[in-house]
Amino acid sequence: MLDMPQGSSSDYAVLASGLVKQFGKKVAVNGVDLAIPRGTVYGFLGPNGAGKTTTIRMLATLLQPDAGEALIMGHRLMKEPDAVRRHISLTGQFASVDEILSGRENLIMIARLMGYNAKQAKKRADQLLEAFGLTDAASVQAKKYSGGMRRRLDIAASIVVRPDLLFLDEPTTGLDPRSRNQIWEIVRALVASGTTVLLTTQYLEEADQLADRIAVIDHGRIIAEGTSSELKASIGSGMLHVRLQQADQRARAQEILASVLQSPVHSATDPLLLTAQIQQPELAIRALGELAAASIEVTDFSLGRPSLDEVFLTLTGQTAEPKEEVKA
Amino acid sequence: MESVHFSSDKLQKTLQTENRPGSPGKLAVSLTFARRALLKIRYQPEQLLDVTFFPVLMTLMFTYLFGGALAGSTSQYLQFLIPGILVQTVIFTTVFTGVSLNTDIAKGVNDRIRSMPVWSPAPLVGGLLADAVRYAMASVVVLIIGLVLGFRPTTDIIAIAAAIVLVLVFAFSLSWVFTTIGLVMRTSAATMGISMTLLLPFTFVSNILVNPVTMPSWLCALVTINPVSLLTTAVRELMHNQFDWAAISWVFVASACFIAVFAPITMRLYRRK
Ligand SMILES: Nc1ncnc2c1ncn2[C@@H]1O[C@H](COP(=O)(O)OP(=O)(O)OP(=O)(O)O)[C@@H](O)[C@H]1O
Ligand SMILES: [Mg+2]
Repeated sequence: MLDMPQGSSSDYAVLASGLVKQFGKKVAVNGVDLAIPRGTVYGFLGPNGAGKTTTIRMLATLLQPDAGEALIMGHRLMKEPDAVRRHISLTGQFASVDEILSGRENLIMIARLMGYNAKQAKKRADQLLEAFGLTDAASVQAKKYSGGMRRRLDIAASIVVRPDLLFLDEPTTGLDPRSRNQIWEIVRALVASGTTVLLTTQYLEEADQLADRIAVIDHGRIIAEGTSSELKASIGSGMLHVRLQQADQRARAQEILASVLQSPVHSATDPLLLTAQIQQPELAIRALGELAAASIEVTDFSLGRPSLDEVFLTLTGQTAEPKEEVKA
Repeated sequence: MESVHFSSDKLQKTLQTENRPGSPGKLAVSLTFARRALLKIRYQPEQLLDVTFFPVLMTLMFTYLFGGALAGSTSQYLQFLIPGILVQTVIFTTVFTGVSLNTDIAKGVNDRIRSMPVWSPAPLVGGLLADAVRYAMASVVVLIIGLVLGFRPTTDIIAIAAAIVLVLVFAFSLSWVFTTIGLVMRTSAATMGISMTLLLPFTFVSNILVNPVTMPSWLCALVTINPVSLLTTAVRELMHNQFDWAAISWVFVASACFIAVFAPITMRLYRRK
C-alpha cells in the first residue's frame, strides 16, 4: 500500500506513490510521489515535456498508470474510477470546451450531464456566465472567444458543480497579465470555498503567488518539493545578471562576484553575461562596486527573481533542456 | 469583444450555492449528447450535405444509368430500385459516424467529459442517436426524390414508416462497426478509406441494384446471406406487399449480432483512448 505521510488519507486530496507512465520508449513520468493536503493549492512547476500533463491525466482517471498507485479524495484511483470522478474536475491544457458551441450551450450541456434539469441548467449557466464576465458573449461560439475568455469559460465549466479537487493544466499560459490576474483571483476564490487545486505552470512567479506547496518536476521526476519559501531558501532570493563591456574580462569578473557574493556565479553562453544567486541585495551593490574598482566596465545589470531556468540551474546544475517538442 | 470585469462577489456566490443534483440516468445523458450533436448542425449546416445532396445524387444516378438497361424502363425499375437506394444511401451515411468520432476523440472536451461521473458509453450512444436523426433525413430525401421520379409504393404509410424504422435500426447497429474502425485508425482519412473499402462489396454484393438469379451460384449464395440483401428484401416487401416477417426477423438478428460484437469492442477501445 501507499506509504502515507503523517496524518490519515482524509487529510489529503491526493496521495500518490511511484506513478510511472511510459509511451513506447519514452518514460514521461518516472516515479512521482505526491501528497496534496486538502483545501490547498498545489503547484506543479516544470518546463515543456516534464510530465505535468501526463501526471494530471493519470490522476484524473484518463490514463492508466504503468506502475504506482494513488488515493484521490480517499478513493483508489484504479479500483474506483467512478468514485474518483465524482470528486474531481479537469480543465485541460488545451481548451476543454466544445469550440463549435456557444459558451452558454457548453455550460448547459455540462449542467445537464451533472443531473440538473433543463430549467436549473439554464439558470446555473447564466449565473456562471455572469460571475465570469461572459454574459455578453454567452451566445457566441467558444472558438471566437479570446484566450482569456476561453480560459474563464473552461474553468466555469469545471465548477458547474464545485468539485472537491480541481486540476488546472497551465491555466495562464499565453494569457496577458490582466487575464492572468483574473484566473488567479478565481483560483483563490475556489480555494477559499474549500476546493483543492492542483495547477501546473511554467512560471515560478505563478506558483509563488498561488501555491501553498510546489513540486518542481523535470524529466518525469520531482526534483524538489516544498513551500514557496522553502524552495526559495534553497535557490536564493534573487538573481543578479551582469552584462560586461568586454568578453575577455569575464573570468576576472566572475572571480570578483563569487568572492563578494559567496555563491556560485554562472557564465552563460552569451560571452558578455554573468549570472549569480544572491542572498542579500546589499551584497549585489557591493559586488558592482568591486567590479568598478577593478575597472571592469558593466554595460547593464539587473536584479531579479529567479526564473524557472535559474531554479533548474540551481537544482540540477544544468539548464532546463531546450524545449524540443517531439510528439511520437 | 473582451467583456467587463468579472465580479468577485458573484463568483463567491456561484461557489456557495451548491445543491449537488443527483446523477442523471443513462438515457438522459445519452440524450444530452445527442442534443449536443444536433445543436452543432445549426452551426455547421454543411454537415447535412451527406444526407441531402448525396441521396439525391445516388437516386438520380442509379435510376438513369441503370434503369433503362436493367428493367426495360426507368419507371418500372424505380419500383424495384428506390427501396434499395434507400438502404444503400443510409448505409453509406453510417461511415461518417466513424469518421466524425475519429475527429472528435482528439478534442480537449473529451478529456473533460471522460473525467466526469457520467455513464461512459453515453457520448457514443448519444452520437449514434443523433446520427439516427440524420439517417432518417436521408431516408425521407430518398423517398421524396423517388416519389417525384415516379416511385409508387403500393402499401400504406404505416408499412412505409416501418420500413424506414427497420433501416434505421440496421444502420444504428452497423454504425458500431465504423466506430470501432474510427477508434483504431489514427486519422480520419484512414478511417474513411478502410470503411469504404469494407462497405463497397458489402453493399454491391447484394440485391439492391439487381435480382441475383442471373449471378453465378456461389455469388448468388453470397448475395442471399448478405444482411444488406435481407434488409433490402424486407424494405421492398414493406413498400409493395406486406410485412415479410422472416426477412424482418433476420434483419433484427443481424443487427443484434453487429451490436453484440462491435459495441463491446468499441467501448473497450474508447475507454483506453
Ligand atoms: N500520448 C503520448 N504519446 C507519446 N508520447 C507522449 C504522449 N503524451 C506525452 N508524451 C511525451 O511525454 C513527455 C511528457 O509530456 P507531458 O505532456 O506530460 O509534458 P508537460 O509537462 O505537460 O509539457 P508541456 O509544458 O509542454 O505541456 C513528453 O516528452 C511528451 O512528448
Ligand atoms: Mg502539458
